Amino acid sequence: MNLFSLREVGMRYDGAQVLRGANLDFAAAQFVAVAGPNGAGKSTLLGIMAGLRPKYSGRCEYAGTEVARWGRRAFARQVCFLPQSLKMEFPFTAEQVVLMGRTPHCDGLFESPEDWSEVERAMATTDSLEFRGRDFRTLSGGERQRVILASAVAQQPQTLLLDEPTTFLDVKHQVAIYRLLRDLSRQGLLVIAVTHDLNLAASFTDRILVLDAGRVAADAAPSEVLTTDTIRRVFGVESSIQRGPGGKPWIFYGE
Amino acid sequence: MGSRRVWLAVAISAAVALATLCIAPLIGSTSIDYARAFAGQSPDKEILFYTRLPRVLLALLAGGTLAVAGVLFQALLRDALATPYTLGISSGASLGAVIAICLGWRAVAGLSAVWICSFAGSALVLLLVLGIASEGRRMSSFTLLLAGISINTICLAAILFLQYIANFGQTFAIVRWLMGGIDAVEYSTLAWLAAATLPAVALIFLKARDWNLMAVGEEWAAARGVNVSRLMLTGYLLGSFVTGSVTALTGPIAFVGLIVPHALRLRLGADHRVLIPCSFLLGAAFLAVCDTLSRTVLAPTEVPVGVVTALLGGPFFIWLLRSKRRSLWL
Repeated sequence: MNLFSLREVGMRYDGAQVLRGANLDFAAAQFVAVAGPNGAGKSTLLGIMAGLRPKYSGRCEYAGTEVARWGRRAFARQVCFLPQSLKMEFPFTAEQVVLMGRTPHCDGLFESPEDWSEVERAMATTDSLEFRGRDFRTLSGGERQRVILASAVAQQPQTLLLDEPTTFLDVKHQVAIYRLLRDLSRQGLLVIAVTHDLNLAASFTDRILVLDAGRVAADAAPSEVLTTDTIRRVFGVESSIQRGPGGKPWIFYGE
Repeated sequence: MGSRRVWLAVAISAAVALATLCIAPLIGSTSIDYARAFAGQSPDKEILFYTRLPRVLLALLAGGTLAVAGVLFQALLRDALATPYTLGISSGASLGAVIAICLGWRAVAGLSAVWICSFAGSALVLLLVLGIASEGRRMSSFTLLLAGISINTICLAAILFLQYIANFGQTFAIVRWLMGGIDAVEYSTLAWLAAATLPAVALIFLKARDWNLMAVGEEWAAARGVNVSRLMLTGYLLGSFVTGSVTALTGPIAFVGLIVPHALRLRLGADHRVLIPCSFLLGAAFLAVCDTLSRTVLAPTEVPVGVVTALLGGPFFIWLLRSKRRSLWL
């Protein structure tokens, strides 16, 4: 069953058409990468699906109901959106940041013991328990991403939307986060992540959606999408593509 | 932070506020005694119940409310330097009050005209500042602060102008009002102020979880089920309402909304479920202590309480910043 169903979705911003004619379906238990040059409309698409850009045209339905018509709280129990980064002004601890993921599930001023055990479980999942009591602002980039991801896990959504979850991370943490996202999708979640790293996407995702100048340029399994032709056409870069283990494509950039 | 630590922090703050309430009325040029005052003996009874107690109560209420308003604006703007004062809301309230004084308005529908105009002034400035700073959907806190500073300057200039054209009696009333002072007020006025601010403060507290999310980011809050535009509107309205209400009675008092939340954040963290009640209680105690100093240091001359909060608060704030930086470096 499709969770997201987009028909002719478009978006104008300051007179420019940043996204047009997107017809897309996303089912549960999928890990999808969204790629494309800067300004291709990746973040806009994700924002529309997350319910944060209500002024889109066309139809964008989640579980059969238009995203704009979902109640915010009910939607937050289904779909979790994670921004590229957090500019934290105040001294929240890592644990408090994760705890915020429980917001759509709990009423009242304080969390229940169940919420706390969810937080603990989520932090264990992303290997972030060791710095639970530390000020979020003092954490390294990799630690921050793991905390933010734990907050998403604690939210227990059906769908996870991530805007460049591994920017600024070293290779080890990039791989760890992509492995975690793939595991979550194996457990039944729909995971959609914007990324610039096509090789990372090819190694872990089931499907790559390529946007170019606001249009869907390609949308298929990594081995079908990642061709020298597509990469030249969309990114304007020459490349050669090899096959790694399991026939996964691997891109070498340059002539 | 578990709820036990929350209760402990709140209990300690409450104890400090209560101690201030009990001790501050005893301090002054004439020494008085609770036993004699409660037994109805003169002049202890008159001094306690008609001079000192209402004044201490007003200081407590005003200080607590201003501190909570500071917390609120800081969360809404994600800026630890935001206060009703820096956003120009206090000077808007001042301009409203000065206009009311100049026009000689006394009461509208049984309510003090100064109070109503002060509130209207703060609300108007808020709308103006928000209107200037909103760029489409987004709100830039940098533009918001700049807009606040500009409006601040304009309001102060307008106040100076009105003061210049006002007659002698009015000028005196204006100057006295602008110094920011706590005066002995009628209990009915206190009751009005409490009825206006306490429910608003309680409402702000009940939304503590939402302020946590807002303090991280608007999209962060929206993606976790918060209706952000409604919450922001609620916050700005409540914040300007309580600021306008307090400022109408006390004049502009700076620093309370800045120092108290900041000091508490360093000690207790950013969770608004602790921050709001503790800011209210300790903000109350802080202003009551400052006011006690203001009427005793140069007795029988009074130093305006705004001067005391700035002279005490400024250095304390700088010391806080220094000690915090050191702990981050070493």
